[in-house]
Amino acid sequence: MTDDKDVLRDIWFGRIPACFTLYQDELTEREAEPYYLLLPRISYLMLVTDKVKKHFQKVMRPEDISEIWFDYEGTPLKWHYPVGVLFDLHASNTGLPWNITVHFKNFPERDLLHCLSKDVIEAHFMSCVKEADALKHKGQVINEMQKKDHKQLWMGLQNDKFDQFWAINRKLMEYPAGEDGFRYIPFRIYQAISERPFIQKLFRPVAVDGQPHTLGDLIREVCPSAVACEGQLGQKYTSEFHGCTAPYTDGEKFQVVIHGIEPMLETPLQWLSEHLSYPDNFLHISILPQSMD
Amino acid sequence: MAETEKEVMAVSPSPTSGEAASSPEPVAAPPLSALSPSPSAEEPLSEAKKKIDVLLKAVGDTPIMKTKKWTMERSRTIRGLMDFIKKFLKLDSAEQLFIYVNQSFAPSPDQEVGTLYECFGSDGKLVLHYCKSQAWG
Repeated sequence: MTDDKDVLRDIWFGRIPACFTLYQDELTEREAEPYYLLLPRISYLMLVTDKVKKHFQKVMRPEDISEIWFDYEGTPLKWHYPVGVLFDLHASNTGLPWNITVHFKNFPERDLLHCLSKDVIEAHFMSCVKEADALKHKGQVINEMQKKDHKQLWMGLQNDKFDQFWAINRKLMEYPAGEDGFRYIPFRIYQAISERPFIQKLFRPVAVDGQPHTLGDLIREVCPSAVACEGQLGQKYTSEFHGCTAPYTDGEKFQVVIHGIEPMLETPLQWLSEHLSYPDNFLHISILPQSMD
Repeated sequence: MAETEKEVMAVSPSPTSGEAASSPEPVAAPPLSALSPSPSAEEPLSEAKKKIDVLLKAVGDTPIMKTKKWTMERSRTIRGLMDFIKKFLKLDSAEQLFIYVNQSFAPSPDQEVGTLYECFGSDGKLVLHYCKSQAWG
């Protein structure tokens, strides 16, 4: 039997092959070759694309360059969502490499946040960690840490140092002896079809009767449309709900995806939170229409 | 520009607290319909569920708002709220403004106040601190 700790390493080193191409309307002095890169799922686009930026800037005049941004098939990619979430949400049903278009003009103000330095990413990341700890431990664990511990979390992520990151992060994954888990599970549920950014609610790891809550419990509670047949309300919690897909009103099927995989819906949520959370300490869950191929 | 106007109109002072007696700046004058008292008591349930009470508190030398308690749509984003506060305080729109939950973390600008209310609201309201400079971590 493998150690659950191995899961943390597998999650950390998840990579997505990507091909970056310059947008056709960008002005260049010579032809811009595409740039290939393995993107860490757990990181942020703006943290791992310095080489992409340099590659394309070499063939451009400085006056044609303003803030860099990316899109996939016309959808601007939000750098403040982890890379893995962007891929699962927008591109998981397409072939690899992931074709990303690079822009240096016409920044989409309404869709994207500006990111003019790494400090912005650090502030966003630390804010997410604090929010997650507010849910898990009323913020007590993160607040008791020293500034250098916060820095170590960030540097671990920035420099892709698993041990450096987890030496601190494990404290955020603890809970008091005698408890069954965190106070609430920090999660965000994304749907490609939804206009809202994500769903986030208070959800405890254990039910009132002492039973551990599962991933399926969470989806049924928070996002019932993805798992329920509206016409059969009385039966919506029955065995029609197996594997990871479930019938939708019109027969459409959905997938519940974390880090590109579909965990069994019977998986206890507390375990998922401890092992499958992103470095920001949130479980980022994508609900996707089942691909028909 | 028309859009900004509309966003401002969509936030209305909540008359449930005493301080709301002082009339808000004309720029924030809400439509009369939005001025009805405490939505939870007076409005139909669906309407009450749609809107939430938010208490806005200034930090440090950031100007205070005469009206602190506001009623707003759950779908309002932090960015929309920042724009509203800047306009209300007549700050330059390019000026930085930070908004904090629990005096601890700064939600990203595209986060909805309704989500924050559900996770971090207490006593039927969400308390947010705003500041012109970074106040917490």
